[in-house]
Amino acid sequence: MTWKQCDYTGWGRVYHARGELARPERASALARIASQTPCPAIGQRRSYADGCLNDGGRALLTERLDRFLGFEEETGLLEVESGCKLADIVTHFGRRGWLPAVLPGTGFATVGGAIGMDVHGKNHHHVGSFGQHVESLTLALPDGPREVAPGDPLFAATIGGLGQTGPIIRATLRMQKIRGDVMMVTERRIPDLASYFDHLDASQATYTVGWIDATARGAALGRGILEEGETGPGLVPPAKRGTRVPLDAPHAALSGPVVRSFNAAYFRRVPERGRTVVKPLEDFFFPLDKIHDWNRLYGKRGFHQFQCVVPLAEREILRAMLKDVGTAGLASPLAVIKRMGAGRGGMMSFPTEGYTLAIDFPARAEAPEMIRRLIAMCFEAGGRVYLAKDAFAEASQMDAMYPERAEWAGILHSIDPGEAYATDLVRRLSLRSLP
Amino acid sequence: MTDTARETWLILGATSSMARALARKLAGRGATLLLAGRDMEDLEATAADCTARGATSAEAIRFDARDPESFPPILARMQALGGTPNAAVFVGSMPPQVEIDDDPAMLDGVVADSFTGPARLLHGLAPLLEAAGAGTIVGVSSVAGDRGRLGNYVYGAAKSGFTTYMSGLRNRLGRAGAHAITVKPGFVDTGMTWGLDGMFLVASPEAVADTILKSVSKRRNVVYTPFFWRYIMMIIRAVPEPIFRKLSI
Repeated sequence: MTWKQCDYTGWGRVYHARGELARPERASALARIASQTPCPAIGQRRSYADGCLNDGGRALLTERLDRFLGFEEETGLLEVESGCKLADIVTHFGRRGWLPAVLPGTGFATVGGAIGMDVHGKNHHHVGSFGQHVESLTLALPDGPREVAPGDPLFAATIGGLGQTGPIIRATLRMQKIRGDVMMVTERRIPDLASYFDHLDASQATYTVGWIDATARGAALGRGILEEGETGPGLVPPAKRGTRVPLDAPHAALSGPVVRSFNAAYFRRVPERGRTVVKPLEDFFFPLDKIHDWNRLYGKRGFHQFQCVVPLAEREILRAMLKDVGTAGLASPLAVIKRMGAGRGGMMSFPTEGYTLAIDFPARAEAPEMIRRLIAMCFEAGGRVYLAKDAFAEASQMDAMYPERAEWAGILHSIDPGEAYATDLVRRLSLRSLP
Repeated sequence: MTDTARETWLILGATSSMARALARKLAGRGATLLLAGRDMEDLEATAADCTARGATSAEAIRFDARDPESFPPILARMQALGGTPNAAVFVGSMPPQVEIDDDPAMLDGVVADSFTGPARLLHGLAPLLEAAGAGTIVGVSSVAGDRGRLGNYVYGAAKSGFTTYMSGLRNRLGRAGAHAITVKPGFVDTGMTWGLDGMFLVASPEAVADTILKSVSKRRNVVYTPFFWRYIMMIIRAVPEPIFRKLSI
């Protein structure tokens, strides 16, 4: 059978959808579905909210189309099917001295998803976003496959394009040569936000990311641990296979006092003078993937992630955000700060030069209001929220946050006037409305 | 490394997700792969995937269970590739029983796909294993072959024939130092079962592939996967006929 009625959710497990899903196992089956019943493609559903949902409609799962189609050692070009998981690429090509140029925080994301969200990684300040390293890709349009490459408006509409240009069949990635398949990671404590900005600005490392204690207040506001990583030759035991979270955790597991003490301990884990540790690639890039289904730690009601980027000059707004979050006592241990470069691959790409802050919140009753306040602050500062994670932004905020949105919607109208590829996210934020 | 230390695997029906999972795992340990099936475009993609994952070589070749003309080139290619010859058979077709009831001519195709086609090819391959005095043939049959049931007894009958063939082949190959394994999967999460009602205890294609490789190294004879299907089928076979004929399971 082609279609199966399924209930599914985004990674945060707050938004739900019910609809028919197809899971083609061959490119020819994908092409047939794409021409007869066009619908959005979804990968591993690692978008947090409704970017990977089509409630009441159909969608296409790419997970069985996950093959490596060819790799050229001379050029570093890797052609893969869109359902290929990034961790699979890291595992097989890392030991051969190659990595995808950009890796997000989870290796479970697919290549198709990484393109559709134009994901960024810990090296964004040097190499830009995922889409900037895509040589070409092939879309399954209703009238047949179409290969697009940089320079083609449809390519710019596809990178970061939230899947709105149709299912991606395959893509060719420009991989990056690495010095060895081991990560050398320097971790140091950062006492407060001002110091964080200084360290992020000064960091010359290939990979830089900061964990931030979103529960800290007063003088410790903005404290955290800065991680700087370089690849190198060496020997470490291979990454261990993951464990599963067997059941939904009770809500008390992430209550305010628990998170505060966890964060304090996590901060002190790194000695005061810092340290350098050696890790397998997977452990550095995908720290949470070892715990499969970690989203269940947030319990049945799920969680939200807020992520924004604000211009360099507006960085003090992050202080206001952290103050608000610290006072509300809602944050979870997962919070990340990073300085981004200017690199972005498409019209709707999230990355832009500035500071990005990401914080997880258990989906308690107070969470929506809290996150809406943060979105408003981001909006006032001329920043934008990441649509792969957004749950509460408003349609009226989109044109300021994503200035090319209307032009993008125009391109989409020419290939998909019936909005067959629309997802719940696209409808919620009226992203495809024409001027 | 001697030539026989290198393993060569013929995968019949290599477009199925179970076959693909097995091919990947074999590629990971450096096997030489010959991927046979009808959808050449898909086979080429799997061959490329296996090459990237470490196969010594991986190539696609046309195999149509209903077209015996497609068999000799496969046997010739296996001979030419050398190494210890092995094969894994994943072919078969399971049209809904009601369609066969409407068009009895479909029965021939089901039997050719699931039994006579692969059996005839394996009959040509067996001498290669006998000559090598090594190698394993894995025949993926089905629990459906253990007893004829209302829902799919034509498919079941063909698989039952294939199971019996595999049993005889094991008897024959064992005398020469080679081996044959009958694998009987229960429900597997493939394109064939996607969206079907009444699926339970569904196994992933990767889990089936793992079971197959383990069974090869342990020289098992008849393997149910997941294992508990052996007991489920034991019960189903034990139901007395007067009662069984009234059941619709």
